Amino acid sequence: MCDQTFVAATFGPCESCDKASPLMNIYIKTEAINYCSFCVEKMACQGLQAGESLASLKRESESLKKKLDEERNKLNDVELNKVAEKVEVLSALAIKTRRVLKGHNNKVLNMDWCKDKRRMVSSSQEHGVSLPCTWVMACAYAPSGCAVACGGLDNRCSVFPLSMDPNENLAAKRKAVAMHTNYVSGCTFTNSDMQLLTSSGDGTCALWDVESGQLLQSFHGHTADVLSLDLAPSETGNTFVSGGCDKKANVWDMRSGQNIQSFESHQSDINCVKYYPSGDAFASASDDGTCRFYDLRADREVAVYEKDSVIFGASSVDFSLSGRLLFAGYNDYTINVWDVLKGSRVAALFGHENRISRVRVSPDGTALCSASWDNTLRVWA
Amino acid sequence: MTVRNTLRDHGQRYRPRMACLKKAEKVLLEMQDPKSGVKSQPQRLVITTIPHAIIGEDIVAWLADRFQVDAREARSLGSMLVSLGYIYPLQDHKRLVLRPDASLYRFQTPYFWPAQQWPVEDTDYAIYLAKRNIRKKGILEMHEQEQYNRLHKWMNHKWDFIVMQAKEQYRAAKERKKPDRVVFDCQERAYWVVHRPPPGTVSAMDYGLDRRVDPNADEAKTPDYYERMMIFTQQSIMRPRVKSSVSIGALVKYCATYKSHDPFLSKCLPSNPWLTDDVTYWTLNMPNVETPTKMRVERWTFSFGELLLDPRGRDDFKRFLKKEFSGENLAFWEGCEDLKWGTAATMREKAEQIYKTFLARGAPRWINIDGKTMEITVSSLKHPHRYVLDAAQTHIYMLMKKDSYGRYMKSQVFKDTLKKALVPEEHKFTDAQLEQNANAPVDITQLCRFTTPMPHLAVYSGLADSPSTNASSSLSILAHPPACPSPISVALDSTSAFERRAETGEADRDGEVRTPAEGNACKSKMALFLRRLLRRGCGPSAVFASLSPKCNSAAGAGGRIQPISPDPSSQAPPRRVGNFFQIKVDIPPECRIYPIESEDEEDENRAALGAKEIICPWESLTSQNGTG
Repeated sequence: MCDQTFVAATFGPCESCDKASPLMNIYIKTEAINYCSFCVEKMACQGLQAGESLASLKRESESLKKKLDEERNKLNDVELNKVAEKVEVLSALAIKTRRVLKGHNNKVLNMDWCKDKRRMVSSSQEHGVSLPCTWVMACAYAPSGCAVACGGLDNRCSVFPLSMDPNENLAAKRKAVAMHTNYVSGCTFTNSDMQLLTSSGDGTCALWDVESGQLLQSFHGHTADVLSLDLAPSETGNTFVSGGCDKKANVWDMRSGQNIQSFESHQSDINCVKYYPSGDAFASASDDGTCRFYDLRADREVAVYEKDSVIFGASSVDFSLSGRLLFAGYNDYTINVWDVLKGSRVAALFGHENRISRVRVSPDGTALCSASWDNTLRVWA
Repeated sequence: MTVRNTLRDHGQRYRPRMACLKKAEKVLLEMQDPKSGVKSQPQRLVITTIPHAIIGEDIVAWLADRFQVDAREARSLGSMLVSLGYIYPLQDHKRLVLRPDASLYRFQTPYFWPAQQWPVEDTDYAIYLAKRNIRKKGILEMHEQEQYNRLHKWMNHKWDFIVMQAKEQYRAAKERKKPDRVVFDCQERAYWVVHRPPPGTVSAMDYGLDRRVDPNADEAKTPDYYERMMIFTQQSIMRPRVKSSVSIGALVKYCATYKSHDPFLSKCLPSNPWLTDDVTYWTLNMPNVETPTKMRVERWTFSFGELLLDPRGRDDFKRFLKKEFSGENLAFWEGCEDLKWGTAATMREKAEQIYKTFLARGAPRWINIDGKTMEITVSSLKHPHRYVLDAAQTHIYMLMKKDSYGRYMKSQVFKDTLKKALVPEEHKFTDAQLEQNANAPVDITQLCRFTTPMPHLAVYSGLADSPSTNASSSLSILAHPPACPSPISVALDSTSAFERRAETGEADRDGEVRTPAEGNACKSKMALFLRRLLRRGCGPSAVFASLSPKCNSAAGAGGRIQPISPDPSSQAPPRRVGNFFQIKVDIPPECRIYPIESEDEEDENRAALGAKEIICPWESLTSQNGTG
């Protein structure tokens, strides 16, 4: 369990307006203060003060960013590939397609495994019976296995209970839970069926209560579409990471809605983010063709997975069970398997005939499923 | 190109970045280098000679050499370059793939390279089609004909302009020398195959959806933006950090620890079901199997989190705690998880119940937390929110992790489990057997807690019960109003339906009123994934009012959670659960709300005597029913 999860959300009187509410601990010139979120906003929105100009603010902001980089570098005493030199080399992997799942008539955009390790839900571009829009970009299986959530261009994320009865009209049972002002790009259930976390093209992420449809918490900080999110795997973790078109990957505290950490090292939109199995790191896939690995405790990027022959954007990443392998699906119809620690590519999987939209390792790590715009899903093992 | 449907405006505007285009252009420039690039020579094609033609094989070889990759990958990369339109085929021009044989290709002129900044205009396409039509009627393909007709309809207002342009271009082309003209025609044709692909082909220019924010524009920043950035950056600077050697070391260690458990890196015992079509591996590793495998038990030793995450492991741990009479810590922790992840409607009641059971002075299952944490918790409970018990929960978690977990690892319970753990033999299937496995029918209705969802929402009760429970439950909770009576007003010694039954139902040794039809299978389904078995005390809160009106007690009548202990003698006498978490008076008798495993004798007696009601310190403030 990471030390960082000990940040308890404090509740009490705000130091500026004296109202009792959840507090954000921020720093004004190294002095710690506790303001409620409204007062923080007020502070930010004061506009140009005397003697300030847009350019001067920009300079100040840049210099602060440099300072942050310096701070991060102070504790940078070793690189990942150095430590990894002591780790033994992986033997050649023999990964092949074991199943090809056909059934969609159009591009498969997303998929998710059920916790029973063998079932999965997938969403595609076709005219869904139940949803009024064509692009269903987000889908997720509930932890209990009894429901799925999906959403997309309809700006909503709906939850459908599942049934073994083939005659059941699932469309009628649909419950619209999340409502955004732009398309829903990703969704996931939290540790239970009762809460849903969504990311949207409107630049926000949100936590919803499934039953009432109530918005529990919203997360603001991205300045462009949020394309992906992932929940921290730790038992006591209350964080999630999101990646967006502003090239940033942000780590959020679900309790307070605060942005805890932010990483901006990609050169293009971040298509997918995924936590390392221990919860102390995460990987991101971007349109610039690289995947990057960020260490949360050291607060910096520790590895870049790139190759000059890989020029197409990566659309999706996932780790194997031990975290040693990183599976990344690309827009050039291939999946590359990277050695996370050593930074080298260990295998390339061919077979799909169009872009890979999603790769997901099964919950027990026995197989990898890839969804593609060639209307099929493939299971690799 | 799509005609934008203005009615359904999804707020998308901008093409995503195609960063690959710049990189592809670099590669192309290298390929065209006269000295180190791909060999090109004039080729005869039909009656004309095509200058600077290249052969598919050569392209693949050059790419394989340049990037140090194998032939397959080189071919894949080459195909992508062709599909983007940087290289075009001379034969079979409609199929944009790279053939690693003697097929002929040419580099596309930069004028026709794909541009990132703007989509390809329909007007240009219309001119192109019109031009070809003028040159020779009937030359257009079926799909081109359709496009032509469509464009004619939609661009009728500027059709004169289009025809005039087409005629002009046609006339200009005639003035060129024949070889140049042929080359240009090829190039132009290739360009349009890329940007207006024939139906049913895969197009590399298809990028999916637009973005809302223009990724290629530099947004104008406001002072607010910089202020916020500075506040955030300042906070990030002050954030505590760990030395890289420490954190990276931990990541490497994690990989090493789990390597033998990773099916991609080590063998699965007995075999990976995806490889041999034999599901023994999954059967042996069901969530609540009686005897776990050795690998599974080994995982419990990796961290406390792993132990709790595995329902079988958590169960084993519970058994141990029961022996030590310290089950309240885990029960409290589970209650807190339920509060955090549960539905908003019942949150307030849950928080109060947990307080009354675990935290208040004289509480029946009082947990031992330090004074400071207790103080913070109690004061925060005046304004209950779902994270109100976080501090206490973390404290208890750490307590269990540092103390109980260690002792569990050395305990007899664990040693017994470890001794009994299975080590399955590796399967050694012959090819014939593998064939047989592959052809065996797969039972998709097999009994597992995930594959028997209730037709009407067990979803939201979080428990997948067998259909039989549905039938057997006699009480049907109809759509009640979601508000529950204040738990505070329910005295501990109120007689609930449960208690009444418990008093009379001595026949049921373990207090279970209803015996599920499937005995063991059902027991195994009483999964100890407790955080998912979110018991809603009030039946209706677990049910969608909008869904079936006949919300039967499927939601509430989950059957109790019981530890997997096959030995009936170790079962405690009937449990007086109702006392602790009774929210509604008329909860069906089968409903158990919270798992209580470590019953003390004291608890029993106290319950039997009808212990005095615990008053919460904020009772005067929150007198109305809350819904979260």
